Amino acid sequence: MTALLEVAGLRVVYRGRPPVRAVDGVDLRVGAGQVVGLVGESGCGKSTVARTICGLVKPAAGAVVFDGIPVTPLGLRRRPAALTRIQMVFQDPYASLHPRRRIGAQIGDGVRAATARGGETGPGAEPARGDGTGSGADTGRSGDTGLGAEPAWWLRRVGLEPDAARRYPHEFSGGQRQRIAIARALAARPDLLIGDEPISALDASTQAVVAALMRDLAVDSGAGLLFISHDLSVVRLIADRLIVMYRGRIVESGPAQVIWEDPQHPYTQSLLAAVPVPDGLGTMPAPPADDAHYPLDQVLR
Amino acid sequence: MSALEITALTLRIHGAEILRGVDLSLAAGRIQGLAGESGSGKTMTGLAVLGLLPAGSQVTGSISYGEQELLALPPRRRNDLRGAEIAMVFQDPSTSLHPMLSVGAQLTDHLRHHLKLDRAASRARAAELLGRVRIPDPAAALHRYPHQFSGGQRQRIAIAIALACSPKVLIADEPTTALDVTVQAGVLHLLRDLATEMGLAVLLITHDLGVMSAVADRVAVMRHGEVVENGDRLQVFTSPAHPYTASLLASLPGAAGGVRTLDDVRALRELS
Repeated sequence: MTALLEVAGLRVVYRGRPPVRAVDGVDLRVGAGQVVGLVGESGCGKSTVARTICGLVKPAAGAVVFDGIPVTPLGLRRRPAALTRIQMVFQDPYASLHPRRRIGAQIGDGVRAATARGGETGPGAEPARGDGTGSGADTGRSGDTGLGAEPAWWLRRVGLEPDAARRYPHEFSGGQRQRIAIARALAARPDLLIGDEPISALDASTQAVVAALMRDLAVDSGAGLLFISHDLSVVRLIADRLIVMYRGRIVESGPAQVIWEDPQHPYTQSLLAAVPVPDGLGTMPAPPADDAHYPLDQVLR
Repeated sequence: MSALEITALTLRIHGAEILRGVDLSLAAGRIQGLAGESGSGKTMTGLAVLGLLPAGSQVTGSISYGEQELLALPPRRRNDLRGAEIAMVFQDPSTSLHPMLSVGAQLTDHLRHHLKLDRAASRARAAELLGRVRIPDPAAALHRYPHQFSGGQRQRIAIAIALACSPKVLIADEPTTALDVTVQAGVLHLLRDLATEMGLAVLLITHDLGVMSAVADRVAVMRHGEVVENGDRLQVFTSPAHPYTASLLASLPGAAGGVRTLDDVRALRELS
């Protein structure tokens, strides 16, 4: 079976003295309708992986293949229409939305990306294969023809009032802005949605809700979701599979629930032990050993 | 006995009501948590104690530190207290430390200002402080610059700077929010130890109830500029008195009554 997204032997090196090997041989795959959580501490290369997948960073080695098409790094020219089927939701909704354009216009960008690919139909109930025009897509999840062409429709899908389309980003809270960013990404009818720490700038009380919303909307439309976060307690709720990165490599991967309940790699164990539990018992999370260097052997399940 | 007492504190900035009567009490050796969503007034409460409010702020109420009423103090007296007896740790150590000054310079600056130590004495004290927050090789670290340290080490250095003049009160505003969970665990242990060993009264401002549950002795919850609940940690987390606290906990994975599965989260979304 070929997955929707196949990343093989990915290496990314940032120039400098000495050069930084941000990603050092990463293989991962995301299937259609599958939710993959990517976790690890800051500097482990998880954001670099995400940015490479959508062509924002040039890999030093390895391949990123999306639905049979190799992903080429973004240059000065507009990216190929087929690659707009990958959409990204960034960490900071204060920076990722244009402050002086109305919400409706920004979601309209996403809609236009979908239209430019061949109609607002997008992939249907069955995930599109190859051509991206989504044959017979007006049946299935959205039902009515052309509904997805309206920004207001997308706003309603992410739980906002349709009249928000006439307003500007500063009129919304962080959680609402992130919903808008999700609406914009989904309006482009992606087959692969990438969330690069999409919930870490939000209040704790809205994190789980926004994460679950992203999962449901992506899965309902048959898209794959690569969800990057350092917050394990939320990721394990929404992810089917979990990938743990450490120092540019994958150290553990497997079904989310299995890893959460029974982590095998010492790094994953220390990561889980450090998550503070809001149970009111005053349990201190376990601090990592000073300058701990965990083995880089992989535990793949 | 309370080290710092905030009573009926209100704050208006250019006519906007930010705080509407905040009451808090900090005791020596105890960590008072202050939780709430962004915009609820947590940070402004902390800044009011330090007297670092933005221009155009109108404050009423009382903040008493020992015998002194902070809000009535002339600026000079307040400067004497700030950094010496009441200190603050900010959220992001990569912006709260000066990038172009060595750690030693930043650590000794206020030692020399407040305690009038000479060069050698202040350096010795600075090295001792770095050792206290477990920075490896403290003497050499004094000559290094913030970018040469990791995020967790930088926050430890920021804590060392705050502790330099042996303050009685420490305001920690989201001290671990910018850190990884693994690094966060270490900083939380440090805060807990410092409070216990130095008898420090800590006001821990954070929106992360997990952090709160780990180190705070008492937990206050703020909303719209008011403290809606303030109580013992276990009571607040297990039987919250205010419906807002209960709704906060309900949205958290791992809390008592919090979401456990994806379906719980979906149910939460239906409600909101």
